[in-house]
Amino acid sequence: MSTHEHYYVPAQSGWPIVGAIGLFLIAFGAGHYVAQIDTYGHGGWGIYVLLAGIATILYMITGWFRTVINESMTGLYSSQMDRSFRQGMSWFIFSEVMFFGAFFGALFFIRMFSVPWLGGEFHYTSTHEFLWPNFVAEWPLVKTPKGDTTQAMPWHGLPLYNTIILLVSSVTLHFAHVALEKGKRSALKAWLAATIVLGLCFLYLQAHEYIHAYTELGLTLESGVYGNTFFMLTGFHGLHVTIGTIFLITLFIRILKGHFSPDKHFAFQAGSWYWHFVDVVWLCLFVFVYVL
Amino acid sequence: MTTANPQTNETVETIHEETVETNHDDHGHHEQPPKGIMRWILTTNHKDIGTLYLWFSLTMFFIGGAMAMVIRAELFEPGLQLVEPHFFNQMTTVHGLIMVFGAVMPAFTGLANWLVPMMIGAPDMALPRMNNWSFWILPFAFLILLSSLFMEGGGPDFGWTFYAPLSTKYSGDSTALFVFAIHIMGISSIMGAINVIVTIFNLRAPGMTWMKMPLFVWTWLVTAFLLIAVMPVLAGAVTMVLTDKFFGTSFFDAAGGGDPVMFQHIFWFFGHPEVYIMILPAFGIVSAIIPAFSRKKLFGYSSMVYAVASIAILSFVVWAHHMFTTGMPKVALLFFMYCTMLIAVPTGVKVFNWVATMWKGSLSFEPPMLFAVAFVVLFTIGGFSGLMLAMTPADFQYHDTYFVVAHFHYVLVTGAIFSIMAAAYYWLPKWTGHMYSMTLAKWHFWCSVISVNVLFFPMHFLGLAGMPRRIPDYNIQFANVNEIVSIGGFAFGLSQLLFLALVIKCCRGGEKAPAKPWDGAEGLEWEIPSPAPYHSFTTPPEVK
Repeated sequence: MSTHEHYYVPAQSGWPIVGAIGLFLIAFGAGHYVAQIDTYGHGGWGIYVLLAGIATILYMITGWFRTVINESMTGLYSSQMDRSFRQGMSWFIFSEVMFFGAFFGALFFIRMFSVPWLGGEFHYTSTHEFLWPNFVAEWPLVKTPKGDTTQAMPWHGLPLYNTIILLVSSVTLHFAHVALEKGKRSALKAWLAATIVLGLCFLYLQAHEYIHAYTELGLTLESGVYGNTFFMLTGFHGLHVTIGTIFLITLFIRILKGHFSPDKHFAFQAGSWYWHFVDVVWLCLFVFVYVL
Repeated sequence: MTTANPQTNETVETIHEETVETNHDDHGHHEQPPKGIMRWILTTNHKDIGTLYLWFSLTMFFIGGAMAMVIRAELFEPGLQLVEPHFFNQMTTVHGLIMVFGAVMPAFTGLANWLVPMMIGAPDMALPRMNNWSFWILPFAFLILLSSLFMEGGGPDFGWTFYAPLSTKYSGDSTALFVFAIHIMGISSIMGAINVIVTIFNLRAPGMTWMKMPLFVWTWLVTAFLLIAVMPVLAGAVTMVLTDKFFGTSFFDAAGGGDPVMFQHIFWFFGHPEVYIMILPAFGIVSAIIPAFSRKKLFGYSSMVYAVASIAILSFVVWAHHMFTTGMPKVALLFFMYCTMLIAVPTGVKVFNWVATMWKGSLSFEPPMLFAVAFVVLFTIGGFSGLMLAMTPADFQYHDTYFVVAHFHYVLVTGAIFSIMAAAYYWLPKWTGHMYSMTLAKWHFWCSVISVNVLFFPMHFLGLAGMPRRIPDYNIQFANVNEIVSIGGFAFGLSQLLFLALVIKCCRGGEKAPAKPWDGAEGLEWEIPSPAPYHSFTTPPEVK
């Protein structure tokens, strides 16, 4: 790199095209796999393309991140570059907020409009009479208009424990961040390890909850809009917790290797923002999916 | 204008500090672009990536255009002649998807890549590797979409708006491929938008304060915000379509407690800001070109900025004007009608300012200006038909007729596409270092502007007379007008070949272009040589 370049513009890179091929394989494979299951009742070659795509993406992510970490450790990044990363991460989280917003929007629309309308509220008497006169509008919707029944997931028990776990994990991660900024490395390691353990506990309990829902409550992805919104919202949230936990584990390994300084630790900052964001999403979920 | 004090602006100050020890001798002093195909595949250079986006967009423009030719050929006469109705539906669907996501949006992203760093004095985009990734996933997304046309059962045939239950209950197996292709296009747009927005926030040259930014940069800043806000909502919508079709959910199925109308609400919450995503950068382009060829400052710069911001904010509260006939409480009809009409105010401000810029200017009509003036006139026609559609009671008659088709083709073809043509003619000398053939460009303009009106203007009358959209066959009474429309369509399609020829010629050679080929042009991009060096502004210029 020339010394004249103060804003670091990386040289040519092969990672993006690897990532593009990976995404292509995932989309092409998944698209055919889903259709093949639909048509034949079992998957065909699509699954292999999908798996190859996932492998390619994992290869790309590890390689790309290794490059970025090496560049960061050799001091190529100015404080301006650091701001680019921070702003980029903030906008990415904003896009994630909007993604969850689509599903929360669907939940609110269903609860405020479509279910009451099917039950005949707000002048929709004839909708009710002509479509499903026996339908009772209620939430959780345990009996769909066409007659499928299920049971609601209570908010106390596992969901409540999970709420406490995630809230505590946000606090422990904050303590880890404070420790990093004060240069207390052993406290940093301890708090971060605690956060990771709490994240894993959350995932374990959520898996438990899903098994409980499928085997004992008869609550599945297919049980009408209650099951749809329940599993789509908690499922996408769980996926984000998984990604966040992997993110935190990576940070932990980097900290063991001595990375990050009290004033330069973008990756840690990004991981922490992401984790707090996932936590806030869960609070909304807990209120609107479980409690209310 | 006064010099901004670097000490008052934190961003400026930092850039300034970092550059004091270097001297300003190194425009393109080091590496020339690498040779061969790998230059384009591995590139992190904003100009290379901009070029890739623009060529990709032009390719998609011709593929989508070919589908439009199939549509117009079938509609040349009443009755079924050339294609099956099922194939006709695939053509209308994929034509729309390709033109929106493959032609217009990548063209604007390509222009942003080329121009935003040069206009604000930045060395490159803020995140150059991600920039490469956001481009290269696009061709793959369209490969998937186009490949689905050859699947058993055909490609997507439910219209580009993929309303449920057409896309969930009555669609083919290729719907999954459609969904994943849209996901990739969305990822690409979001990454591209994050790059643009961070570049503008963080990489402006010292002295480039917010209210000194060229309007193209301003409009792209707002567009990037809209993209980051609504592309994820589209991702949510296609995901729900996927699970409804393949995984047994019933988001859009009343039998399970859902509602097909909800699909339209979610889709248009994305869809209406999307409309402005496709027109705001056009406003920025026209606001650069009209002052240059009027030899005057842009009239009402700050009101232009505020108008763009107001349009963006309003775009989030007008979505249901696409669904007046779908069924809504009356209070909602009134709310969405009035909010939609409010948009006419900031848009009117913009049109007024462009006209006022030309007023008493010393005008000359080089190709960029021709397209820009045509934009102002024809986009305004599209705006007026939009006002007609905004009136709920009137919309009950116009809805789903050719009047709607006429309206959105006026804003998208003579609006967005014409502005892209204007931009290409304005900045081609800067990109290639060569002047293009003015004669050929003027032929392209006059052929286009005449044929596009023969193509789309009569569609208004077809719609008012009741011809529905998205049908391969129609009542005999519409035959004559449809013939005229189709002839206009073929002529418009052929005219674009002139553009292709001109661009190829200009890339290969021609009269050497000076750094500033247009005497009235303003902006940092004209202060560097033509063609723009591979790395421009490795040290930020001081903006006075």
